[in-house]
Amino acid sequence: MQDVTTEKKEFTPNIVAFCCNWCSYAGADLAGSSRLTYPANVKIIRVPCSCRVNPMFILKAYQQGADGVILCGCHPGDCHYVTGNYYTRRRMATLFSFLNYMGIEKERTRVEWVSAAEGARFSAVMNDFVKTITELGENKRLSDLRVKEGE
Amino acid sequence: MKDVELKMLERAKELLASGEVARVVGWKKGDFCYDPSPAVFKTVEELENGFVYDYFCGANLSKYLIDVSKKEGKTAVFLKPCDTYSFNQLVKEHRIKRENVYVIAVECMAKLDIEKIKAKGVSFVTGVEVVEKDVKVSSLYGETTLYKPEIVLEKCAVCNKTHQVKDEEIILHERPVRDVNRFAEVEKLEAMTEDERFAFWKEQLSKCIRCNACRNVCPACSCIKCVFDNPNSGIAAKANDSEFEEKMFHIIRAYHVAGRCTDCGECSRVCPQNIPLHLLNRKFIKDMDGLYGEYQAGESSEGKTPLTSYTEEDKEPNDVFNGEAK
Ligand code: SF4
Ligand code: SF4
Repeated sequence: MQDVTTEKKEFTPNIVAFCCNWCSYAGADLAGSSRLTYPANVKIIRVPCSCRVNPMFILKAYQQGADGVILCGCHPGDCHYVTGNYYTRRRMATLFSFLNYMGIEKERTRVEWVSAAEGARFSAVMNDFVKTITELGENKRLSDLRVKEGE
Repeated sequence: MKDVELKMLERAKELLASGEVARVVGWKKGDFCYDPSPAVFKTVEELENGFVYDYFCGANLSKYLIDVSKKEGKTAVFLKPCDTYSFNQLVKEHRIKRENVYVIAVECMAKLDIEKIKAKGVSFVTGVEVVEKDVKVSSLYGETTLYKPEIVLEKCAVCNKTHQVKDEEIILHERPVRDVNRFAEVEKLEAMTEDERFAFWKEQLSKCIRCNACRNVCPACSCIKCVFDNPNSGIAAKANDSEFEEKMFHIIRAYHVAGRCTDCGECSRVCPQNIPLHLLNRKFIKDMDGLYGEYQAGESSEGKTPLTSYTEEDKEPNDVFNGEAK
């Protein structure tokens, strides 16, 4: 019998990138205007500050079908609101460790600091993250059938 | 424990009769000897008819104060050592009106877990008598002696807490300090592989029936509007399939109380499915202790918590696993 699954399509992950308005989003802009490329499956969500990102946002992204979530903000010490990203750092450190404790792959979620002047770094970070997630495969452990059903 | 119970009853009656307090929050007798429940007593008669304090009074009374401390008149409450941490935490979060509460610290010699007694093959329990480490359990089928450390509530097995708040105390016996490591089970999980951990949690959390008892009992879960009551959240009710969807509920709940969970153990105690829920927040506690310095929620009713403060030298999230840099 012929195995229908043999013509598997190549896996292109859904990536959600939360970028802070002042550094990382501007970094993405610079990457664009410098004609540096990053994969089109990275969906950027602009937030005022990395510390705006409630851990719920990350879980929600996974629940709705993201395969990887990356959070980008200003380098520690350079926050537009002075201390926002220091809180982000603690929040995400505890969240990542906890997700891994639940058995969620630790490479799936990442934090990177990207400044407005680092267009090249933005593009490199995204390319690298997409590569990691593509290798890791689909997010099965944090998806939610309840949400996927309606699609 | 009988002597303590009598003293407590006497004091409660006195406080109510003199009008010093308008109500007393304590435990009242249930249908069986092992199911006393939290209760508000308003008269001396009510106390005489129902008041109880024994080895099955594991319930934490502090959360009930959110409501009653806002009522007219003072409320007296009996708090065990672990309950006082929840009390402090609730005062810190402005949920309890401290000035309206009169705290009577009561001794706790570790409370028994009826589920563990049943698991030892003893059912239809009609009474218990505790002598040191022996528990004489009488049931409809006769008498059995069980070893106390094996049948205490999980929270009591690893507890070395002391009273953090007291306006007065009723303590006739002191529980000896023991050498316990409450993180032992968390460490076991940490030592597993990602896949093994996932399998462990999948097995445990798939049992969840989303009765919400863990949330309802938790003193840290005291928001007036809760995300899990929002029908648009997608996580408000039990998933309509046998898969493993309740993980979202548990991750979100665990994170919501991170840094505020006092490790009071109520979530595990009430779970009808016997899910070891304490292992969730103990992970946060262990990580935060390791990364940001030891912190016990509820030890004080003031000050910052690990997640509402920072230092410039904090570790990077990508490098943090198991409370230390990779
Ligand atoms: S999460 Fe569990 S142990 Fe922590 S405060 Fe709530 S009921 Fe107590
Ligand atoms: S008490 Fe147990 S069964 Fe009920 S919602 Fe909590 S974990 Fe699920």
